[in-house]
Amino acid sequence: MRTSATRGLIAAVALSLSAVTASAQENPECIAPANPGGGWDFTCRQVGKVLQDLGQIDKTMQVVNLAGGGGGVAFAEVVNKRNDSDDLIVAASSATATRLAQGSYPGNTMDQVRWVASIGADYGVIAVAADSEIETLPQFLDQIKNDPTSVSIAGGSAVGGWDHLKVLIAADAYGIDDVRSVKYIAFDGGGEAVTQLLAGSVQGFTGDLSEAKGFVESGDIKVLAVLAPERLDGDFADIPTAKEQGVDALGANWRGFYAPGGSSDEAYNAWVEKIAALYASDEWKEIMAVNGLAPLGLQGAEFEEFVADSVARIQAISKEIGIIK
Amino acid sequence: MDTLASLGDGFAVALTWQNLGLALLGCFLGTIMGALPGLGPSNGVAILIPLAFTLGLGATPSLILLTSVYYGAMYGGRISSILLNIPGDEPAMMTCLDGHPMAKKGLAGEALSLSGIASFVGAFIATWGLIFLAPQLVKIALLFGPAEYFALFALAFMTLGGVSSTNQAKSAFAAALGIGLAMVGVDTQTGVPRFTFGEVHLYDGLDFLVAIVGLFALSEVFIFLENRHGGSEAQGKKLEIGRIYPPWSMIRQCTPTMLRTSFLGFVAGVLPGAGASLGSFISYSMEKRLVDKEGTFGTGDPRGVAAPEAGNNAAAGGALVPMLALGVPGSGTTAVLLAVLLSLNITPGPLLFSQNPDVVWGLIAALFIANFMLLAMNIPMVGLFTRVLMIPSRILMPIVAMVSFVGIYGISGSSFDLLVMIGFGVMGWLLRKFDVPLVPIILGTLLGNAMENNLRRAVTIDNGNWLTLIDSPLAIGLWLVAIVGFVLPLIVGARVKAGMRARGDEEGSTRD
Repeated sequence: MRTSATRGLIAAVALSLSAVTASAQENPECIAPANPGGGWDFTCRQVGKVLQDLGQIDKTMQVVNLAGGGGGVAFAEVVNKRNDSDDLIVAASSATATRLAQGSYPGNTMDQVRWVASIGADYGVIAVAADSEIETLPQFLDQIKNDPTSVSIAGGSAVGGWDHLKVLIAADAYGIDDVRSVKYIAFDGGGEAVTQLLAGSVQGFTGDLSEAKGFVESGDIKVLAVLAPERLDGDFADIPTAKEQGVDALGANWRGFYAPGGSSDEAYNAWVEKIAALYASDEWKEIMAVNGLAPLGLQGAEFEEFVADSVARIQAISKEIGIIK
Repeated sequence: MDTLASLGDGFAVALTWQNLGLALLGCFLGTIMGALPGLGPSNGVAILIPLAFTLGLGATPSLILLTSVYYGAMYGGRISSILLNIPGDEPAMMTCLDGHPMAKKGLAGEALSLSGIASFVGAFIATWGLIFLAPQLVKIALLFGPAEYFALFALAFMTLGGVSSTNQAKSAFAAALGIGLAMVGVDTQTGVPRFTFGEVHLYDGLDFLVAIVGLFALSEVFIFLENRHGGSEAQGKKLEIGRIYPPWSMIRQCTPTMLRTSFLGFVAGVLPGAGASLGSFISYSMEKRLVDKEGTFGTGDPRGVAAPEAGNNAAAGGALVPMLALGVPGSGTTAVLLAVLLSLNITPGPLLFSQNPDVVWGLIAALFIANFMLLAMNIPMVGLFTRVLMIPSRILMPIVAMVSFVGIYGISGSSFDLLVMIGFGVMGWLLRKFDVPLVPIILGTLLGNAMENNLRRAVTIDNGNWLTLIDSPLAIGLWLVAIVGFVLPLIVGARVKAGMRARGDEEGSTRD
């Protein structure tokens, strides 16, 4: 981690350079660590398009798909081969932080790269089938507390993955001592997990709001809580947060970018500023609304701190459930 | 009526110039692939996957191209069966029985066009079957919990050997090998890497597309390199076609046969794992028992040509039903198509119909269009395709190799994948030498993870109680079908296999 003095300096430099930086990236390139069509690919392409529309970059953002190892192939490539590239950013999300925290990128850690900014978040939800007797999050967690074997919770990520961690964070915050007893069943993606909830194979669902959106609208499932700091806008305003039900749990699946660790301060600040301008634009707000992204706009040092925090938290909880030693 | 409205929307999707062009291209290439001995529908689709990705096609256009190839290959398989007595692909094996004798009697043209019509009838009826059955299956899909899915996957593997396999032990070995290969990568249940040896490229497991292209396309190149020194199948044989339209009386005589076998083939196709070979086989045997009063089957009876062709094309359509509705392929080629769907980030299964209706109905509409195109292509233009049989493999095989390499590199941009593909190519070549079928390997690689995960989910949900696997009527039913499907061929299969092998191919062709 850099010291707060350097952070201040970076911020100052960022401000003073603001006039020059618009052209710092001559051949902007974005690595999407997945195949075309996924979330990371979407992040790169949409951001590239909006940045160009806003005049923040002169040339079209070149999007390179570098799939493999859940983002590990791209991370290793950036650290080992592209470490001093100034033109490059890489799409990242909570999944990146989770894997870094659990050491799933062999030999790589989060401080090998520079974290640029987030562009929004998809908040976690905990839901049950519409015809379930359970109405509130505390009721649900009580049931787990009393008899953990009676409640199976389905999610779209692996054990120890983000969907699993969200429900553990909530259980932890509610005072369930042995979070290992929470029965989590991993499915291939949120859609399949919801289907199994509807089929009655499992009793609960943990996932992101965007995954649950369609099923909430059709009335098939009942969202007990959204793991956001405060209630969301629009269609989701009547979903209570976990916090207001007395469970102090936050779960944001953020999307954002990192840049190579050896990139110049000038280039890093230019990226930070471009993404900040993008985040503030109306065009981006529209894209967020269409894609179910909620606000989370952290840039530069603030974002770096946020990622470090979440990595530390995930590490702590992963140790508790025995995924890492 | 909902269904018809959806189908109308599907036609709106399919009837663009681009999609029509792709369907035409797919039909043409598919017929060629099917006609060439050794290149069956699985190989045909496998070879053209890279093409679809390299062209940067979206989900629906890619599927339209590839399913047209699939249908086309089912049509094309009959051409070399009839003219050369070498099945163009495995499902066309039964067509040799009466098709070639007809050709010897100087009725080659009639046999070709009649089998073209039979293929059309089979595929046409099966596509309607798909339209009505798939959405019904989607409705009961909610009854499928992890335990039922596990039973369904077991069913797919157990019926795979089936009557068409020459050796059930080899099928079982191939399936086990495939399931073993599926274990490579990060375990999605616990996030622990297995068999990755610290190689980050292996964390996501082996890419099935790479495995498929290596196993099917590249191993074909190796086999050709080894066996055929640049010649073509048709060398030294006379390809006389004669008149290309069958007399009405012949069509009328065959109509009941075509209708019956289309239905039967469709049912055979819907059963997971069984596939088109079974469809053509049971169609032929049923018709032989039903209408062969004078013992003319096997000596060039037109009904003996119509039956297996209608049956195998209907099975091809039927095999799409479980693939689209449940995500469990009904045959080898649909397994390959499933891999394509997954690579396009589309998960077949109950959600596909609600989330991507444009893909499903566009695809179904494209099947209709492709079917009419194929009928038009395969009757008047049959002469063109027979000429394809004259292409020497010294020209053909380098094209296959080139498309494989460029295509796979185009998809992933990773030289590691090319090495994996070559590895699979060599493996495929070796396994063919031992006469081990390749389709179970692909099915194993593709379904292995899902099968394992569902087993673990089912057991975890029921707190470690293994009896949960046979806890619902649906699961018990599936297990019964699986057991019957596995045991029956052992009993009645010996006789059947002898019959098939006597006619059999020495091609080592891929099974479907």
